[in-house]
Amino acid sequence: MVDNKQQWKAWLYLSPAIVLLLVFTVWPIINTIRMAFLEGYSGLQAVGGINYSFGFGNFVKVIHYNKFINCLKTTILLCVLTVPISTFLALLIAVALNSIKFLQKGLQTIFFLPYVTNSIAIGMVFAAMFNIVGSFYGTENEIIVTAGIINNVIEFFGGQSVNWINYGSTYTANIIVLTVYIVWNALPFKILVLLGGLQSINTQYYDAAKVDGTPKRRVFTHITVPLLSPMLAYVIITGFIGGFKEYSSIVGIFGETMGPADDARRLNTMVGFIYDALSTNSQGTASAAALILFGIILVVTLINTMVGKKKVHY
Amino acid sequence: MKIVLQNITKIFPGRNKKVDEEVIAVNDFNLEIPDGKLIGLLGPSGCGKSTTLYMISGLQKPSQGKIFFGEDDVTELSTENRGVGLVFQNYALYPHMTVKQNILFPLQNLKGDDKLSKQQMLDRAVYAAKLVQIDDLMERKPSELSGGQQQRVAIARALVKMPRVLLLDEPLSNLDARLRLQTREEIRKIQKKTGITTVFVTHDQEEAMSISDMIVVMKLGIIQQVGNPQNVYDDPVNLFVAKFLGTPPINVFEGSVKEGKLYLDGTAVMDVKGADDREVFVGIRPEGFILDENGPMQCHLNNVEVMGRDVSIVSTSKCSVNPVIRSIINADNKVDASCENVRFSLKPHKVFLFDKQDEKRIYFEVR
Repeated sequence: MVDNKQQWKAWLYLSPAIVLLLVFTVWPIINTIRMAFLEGYSGLQAVGGINYSFGFGNFVKVIHYNKFINCLKTTILLCVLTVPISTFLALLIAVALNSIKFLQKGLQTIFFLPYVTNSIAIGMVFAAMFNIVGSFYGTENEIIVTAGIINNVIEFFGGQSVNWINYGSTYTANIIVLTVYIVWNALPFKILVLLGGLQSINTQYYDAAKVDGTPKRRVFTHITVPLLSPMLAYVIITGFIGGFKEYSSIVGIFGETMGPADDARRLNTMVGFIYDALSTNSQGTASAAALILFGIILVVTLINTMVGKKKVHY
Repeated sequence: MKIVLQNITKIFPGRNKKVDEEVIAVNDFNLEIPDGKLIGLLGPSGCGKSTTLYMISGLQKPSQGKIFFGEDDVTELSTENRGVGLVFQNYALYPHMTVKQNILFPLQNLKGDDKLSKQQMLDRAVYAAKLVQIDDLMERKPSELSGGQQQRVAIARALVKMPRVLLLDEPLSNLDARLRLQTREEIRKIQKKTGITTVFVTHDQEEAMSISDMIVVMKLGIIQQVGNPQNVYDDPVNLFVAKFLGTPPINVFEGSVKEGKLYLDGTAVMDVKGADDREVFVGIRPEGFILDENGPMQCHLNNVEVMGRDVSIVSTSKCSVNPVIRSIINADNKVDASCENVRFSLKPHKVFLFDKQDEKRIYFEVR
């Protein structure tokens, strides 16, 4: 403990960090909670001197919005699809990477590239890959051509090109594209964490398994996965948290319309809903939605840790 | 199961390809391990003892040479088909499994004709656990066990599949001194009871001497001496073996042989009939000194340590290679610690002569 006479010095040294934290972290959190509970709060009108009454109106309004329910559905759907797929793929890739010696560093770099690439840029590349160009109105003079690598590959193998993201595309097609994109984007971090976990597993466990003639599959399910379970739990929890905050991937592929041209905002997510509310000056609604999102993430994380306690060993 | 190692050599390639720095871990190793015996591979770190053990287990392949279990050539046989049980230095118990699951694990891997029913597996596991006295800890996780208990679980796991050969890598190095004493007795007991040919690796000569039927002393990948522990102690073939065995360690002097007499510091201390005249290293076991007022060997007395049964006399001499000479005398002898000098005569069978150049033993007639 610092001497009482010296204590002011300690506070002095801490003050820059404390001031910044208070202004940019603590106050916004408190203010969000305040705004969420002021009925119909709007920043502009508040400056104009209007007083708001306290209540749950914002929450009621948000929950009754069809838009909000759609956003919630899309967000949950993306989470449920992408977290298991990306975790499973990352596990396979990490184990494969760990077991090869040749080119390991090179491949590691390639798998890590999405992590250091701007997600909007990746989104645009994906948009180009899944693009379809041609006439959807099919006038007689027009020749229908398709572009985009994915459709080219499908056609090369004799399949029918799919309208993935353009005008008139289906919700399912959109979700498939988003799933592929989000999984691919989420892989590097997960691979990195799991690879680190794998490399910290004592090789004597594998030697012991070898002496006992353990088949490869059993080594994977009975030794590798349990010993990796703390890392897997971490990856799954952060995956769900990231999944509930999904936004930039949709902007990357579909642009700010958050959906194909004929059905804009179809793919909007929770975070997208909050942005929209803010841009129409409905800070009360935005804050209420943010708190709901916080509540959902909290519950999911609690469930994850509870399941984790049973499944995660030591 | 008799184990025969024939001309075993293990070469590890150098890490740096440009510089040729390959390491010969084990060099032309020839050894026959008789059936049902407990053998200790003994040597300082880096002598290739663990590598030899891992080659017997099959986890490492010898660069040259052949390994036989009984009459079967197992050199090319993979680990799981050799029927060996291996206990690792830090036990390598699966931390996420209970003791029972750990012991059952090798049995659950059995395939084909060897496949056991659930009840048979459980019976075998309980039998193995009883053998090492951990049958009351079956539901615990390894992290809830003490070091000694973990060690026993590891042995049970190695024994449960009834291996032809049991291999132990530094089995006692992770235990505290008291437990080490107790566990080494238990390893001996279990080995006697099961009759499984057992090879263990250690750098602790006391450990090896106390429980082995046979010890193999190694240095830099080459066998120095093989034999019954007492014989190796009483009759070392070279200075390295003499120095490596025994606590307190052997006292080494620089001396010379002239006309059948051993001279230390210009004084004739003992008759060594049959040894040629030359410069020698002289090794004298601590128990090889006799306190004798008229003894030929005079040393400067440093201090006297009374250890109950024995008295340890610490002295110095100009011709000693070690900084001090340690001699152990029966406590019945009264030693005056205030004296400046102390005189000894020597027990001839506790004195060994070694060539100055190649450090090999020079034999002389012991009356």
